[in-house]
Amino acid sequence: MLNELWLIPALPLAGFLALAFLGARMPRGLAGFIGVGSVGLSAALTILIGLRFLGAPPPDNSYTQVLWTWFEVGKLSPQIAFCLDPLSLVMTFIVTGVGFLIHVYSLEYMRDDPGYARFFAYMNLFVSSMLILVLADNLLLLYLGWEGVGLCSYLLIGFWYSDPANCRAASKAFIVTRVGDTAMAIGLFLLATHLGSLNIHTVMEQAQVQWAVGAPLAVAAAALLLGGAVGKSGQLPLQVWLPDAMAGPTPVSALIHAATMVTAGVYLIARTHVIFELAPSVQGLVAAVGALTLLIAGISALAQRDIKRILAYSTISQIGYMFLALGVGAWSAAIFHFFTHAFFKALLFMAAGAIIVSLHHEQDIFKMGGLRKQLPAVFWTFLAGALSLVAFPFISSGFYSKDEILMLAWYSPQGGWHLWLAGLTGAVLTSVYTFRAVFIVFFGESNGHVTSKPGSMMTVPLWILAGLATLAGLVQTPITHLLERTPLWSETAGEQTAHTGELGLQVAAIAAGLLGIYIAWSRFVVHRDSTREWTETAAGAKLCALSASGCGFDWLYDMLFVRPFITAANFCKKDFTGAIDTAIVSVNMGLNYALHASQSGRIRWYATAMAIGAAITLAIVILL
Amino acid sequence: MTLQLIILLPLLGGIVAWISERRGSSDVRWIALITLAADFALLLSVWAGHPAAAGASRVLLDENLPWIPQLGIGFHLSMDGLSLLMALLTVFLGAIAVLVSWTEIRERIGAFHFHLLACLTGILGVFLSADLFLFFVFYEVMLIPMYFLIVFWGEDAKGRVAAKFVMYTQAGGLLMLVSILGLYFAEGSGHTFDYNRLLATRAGASSALLMLGFFLAFGVKLPIIPLHGWQAETYSAAPTAGGIILSGLMAKAGAYGLIRFAIPLFPDAAHRFAPCAMGFGVIAILYGGLLAFSQTDLKRFIAYSSISHLGFVVLGAFAMNATAYQGVVMQMICHGLSVAGLFILAAVLRDNAGTNDIERLGGLWHSAPRLGVTGSLLAMATLGLPGLGNFIGEFLILLGVYKVSVTYAAIGAFGAVASTIYALWLVQRIFLGPRREGASIRDISGRSLVAAAALIAALLWLGLYPQPVLQRAEPSPRAVMGTPASDNSFELHPRILARALELPRE
Repeated sequence: MLNELWLIPALPLAGFLALAFLGARMPRGLAGFIGVGSVGLSAALTILIGLRFLGAPPPDNSYTQVLWTWFEVGKLSPQIAFCLDPLSLVMTFIVTGVGFLIHVYSLEYMRDDPGYARFFAYMNLFVSSMLILVLADNLLLLYLGWEGVGLCSYLLIGFWYSDPANCRAASKAFIVTRVGDTAMAIGLFLLATHLGSLNIHTVMEQAQVQWAVGAPLAVAAAALLLGGAVGKSGQLPLQVWLPDAMAGPTPVSALIHAATMVTAGVYLIARTHVIFELAPSVQGLVAAVGALTLLIAGISALAQRDIKRILAYSTISQIGYMFLALGVGAWSAAIFHFFTHAFFKALLFMAAGAIIVSLHHEQDIFKMGGLRKQLPAVFWTFLAGALSLVAFPFISSGFYSKDEILMLAWYSPQGGWHLWLAGLTGAVLTSVYTFRAVFIVFFGESNGHVTSKPGSMMTVPLWILAGLATLAGLVQTPITHLLERTPLWSETAGEQTAHTGELGLQVAAIAAGLLGIYIAWSRFVVHRDSTREWTETAAGAKLCALSASGCGFDWLYDMLFVRPFITAANFCKKDFTGAIDTAIVSVNMGLNYALHASQSGRIRWYATAMAIGAAITLAIVILL
Repeated sequence: MTLQLIILLPLLGGIVAWISERRGSSDVRWIALITLAADFALLLSVWAGHPAAAGASRVLLDENLPWIPQLGIGFHLSMDGLSLLMALLTVFLGAIAVLVSWTEIRERIGAFHFHLLACLTGILGVFLSADLFLFFVFYEVMLIPMYFLIVFWGEDAKGRVAAKFVMYTQAGGLLMLVSILGLYFAEGSGHTFDYNRLLATRAGASSALLMLGFFLAFGVKLPIIPLHGWQAETYSAAPTAGGIILSGLMAKAGAYGLIRFAIPLFPDAAHRFAPCAMGFGVIAILYGGLLAFSQTDLKRFIAYSSISHLGFVVLGAFAMNATAYQGVVMQMICHGLSVAGLFILAAVLRDNAGTNDIERLGGLWHSAPRLGVTGSLLAMATLGLPGLGNFIGEFLILLGVYKVSVTYAAIGAFGAVASTIYALWLVQRIFLGPRREGASIRDISGRSLVAAAALIAALLWLGLYPQPVLQRAEPSPRAVMGTPASDNSFELHPRILARALELPRE
């Protein structure tokens, strides 16, 4: 009944193949049609299959479709097989649905780009890889999708490859995430060796059977998987690639670096959460990583001038919230925040993209201003996204998801007041940097020239996403209930029981968000001049520079890794270890020279040498 | 007769090609290509005729003719799954080499193809010999035509480079000859060179030294660090076809030697030596990667990235278990395919852009998008992207290594980061960046495109459905069961390393 499942990733893949082989010779209209149509079909099919899945759930709430056996070596036989369960259904829905809207938006955004077909080819390949990632029934196929999205991310960040800076950003993204991926690969070796399989379901069951809570192998496995997750999801300490990834076209930032790919780490941890439950120390680490990341990224977002970099740091920070939720065992809350975040962050990026094209590719917020009147549609939709990002009470979806995370950060057994406090501080920071952008971009005096206004291809997706960003909070309960039907899903912190003081926490969270908005209003509207003066003082300038540089991680890694690597490479360039032959030659030449020198033709030398030789020989004979 | 035909067909084709050129024929290249196609068809018929069913005999064909019976030397050829795969790779890459030489070689075409095909005969002989003396003969035979290929059709300081290449290989070959003779005179060998009978021989006290002789001989061919002094220069000097055969096939002869001879003939010694050999493997992976990053000449880049990839082969071979073994075979095949692709890339760049100096290239995607795609795909194969065959090889090797040593597996896995860095850096320096003035080049087309597409298609096939190949590559028990069951795990520990180097005192 769900036999068409394989078509969901196959359709975008077919779109990719068509565009890759024939795209250059295709009329632009057809290329766009194939690019958007393949994802649209996939999205429609997802809805259809989703309805059938919900209408008549398969046994155990999971349906697996095996296409072929990838390979069979010893006990290990990973298959090319897709598995649909509530978790992957939610992910698939977001990937195809938001993906489709972003593809439609791209039709107009990329309209004049010479690489039109190439763009849609890469985007289709990305959607296909991401779907393979979320639908894979074994960790090796998941890894294939994982690396596939990494490749597409690389290709799309460096889409405008004429500028070497874009290429550097692309390579940086690939290499930094590959460091995490390597840890994950070692994790796969561990799981395959000790649990004898890479099938997700089998691994989770076997892990529960074979490992006790806190078993060293479980801890190692969880830590290695976490390594992969922090790389892909831009969390500490591998977050440095994501801000630079904004070099890609804006639809790419919306789709890959906000809504879908960067949340793959969240998906991985949720998917393998059984292992994390067996490793409480690593689960604590997940929460700590999330808390630290959301604070550091929030601070870094405060002083950015580039609107896309503000949003990039905000993404890192919001995924930090998801990690925080994962770390306290609030799996459903993490996935729900992923769900709402996909809408509002894609919306924010697309609205920012609309501003950027309207201002002739201007990204500096200080060269914008007063856009509220000139671009009203963009203003209202951006505002809807911003309200959701700051978790504005009741009328935003972000409120429902973030509220739950903060609540569980306090109440769950793995949580505590310090995690809650970090989340709350993050909420203030979020409001400040978000509304700093809103006030500077849309209010005040007009600085830029609006050369064109976005057309309907761009505004319609914006309005749809604005609606979703506002209303998606209403499906919290259905989604949570759906997710709880995921096989092996255990909600350690999910009980929705009323706690004493719950209202107090909620009020605190609301107050934090409003406080941030107030601070932004006061510093960037009312006292804008004094703020500017402060940034010109010595201390202010230093703090701003620290924040703008993303708290100095790039500098640190440059010193620790990049420079030593390049120094070592230059040092080894001559390849002195390969010089065994030259060494042999030199020794022989040296001997030759010595013997040659002794053959001087002078009798006296020969006589002396003979005498000395005879003396030495005699001495040896006599003495020994 | 089949095996003898498989081996001799290229040589016969080469002779015909040479003669027909002397008689003024212009179809030399076609003769070479058709010969190889016929050989390939012959191999495929063997494949089809011997399905890899469970329980089927591992030896597909076995032909034993007496040669010098007084000395126990036979013209003994034998083919199992591994030999079949290697022979297929040889003929396939041979055909690719003919295709890419189509326009590159313009002088003495007949002689060129004779040497090329003679070299293939030598390599096929290496992969099919079941007699150590015969193996040694073929091992030397493949060297001589290669020498002439470099000397007559190479570039730069080819004479000196070719001499260096021969001397290195000869030194290694000499060590191997000594080891073979040592085995021949070992107690209980019955004075024979026959592989199957020698498998039953235990060389006793001298086995560590004999194994080391083999290891060094094959180490020169692979090459392992520090025996690689000949390689980068030879790769740069050789014509494209020579480069493909050197790196795609002759290096594989070294790898093949390890898993066919060095390990199964001396399982105990190999097991004791394993931590040390695997150390050589990871050093090659990391050091090769570092050097590949710092190269500015494309062919030298290929040389060092090959060292890095064949480091995985050494690492996996000495893990001595079935998983790693199958990974090794996969890695040998996929590295052969991808490195041939890189040599085609180098040839096209030299023809169309006039240089292989990476620093003088850049922004070529603008004018040559097809070449850019080809280069990027090969770079992805190089960095082990899942979906391409190299990933399967490296994954299985590291998985197998993990079972014996977590440390080595982890270090090897970080080789993936090194290969990511150098592969992306290569793509960026050649293809990306602004369009350079006057740097508009002709895109890859014609035979080069066909050859590159065939290689990439094969890599994709091996990445997505490697099962037929892996099934053929199931190890003979002897190749992996040198590991005593009780002691199949070790960690990198100084004491164990010391024990590995220690020779038996009995």
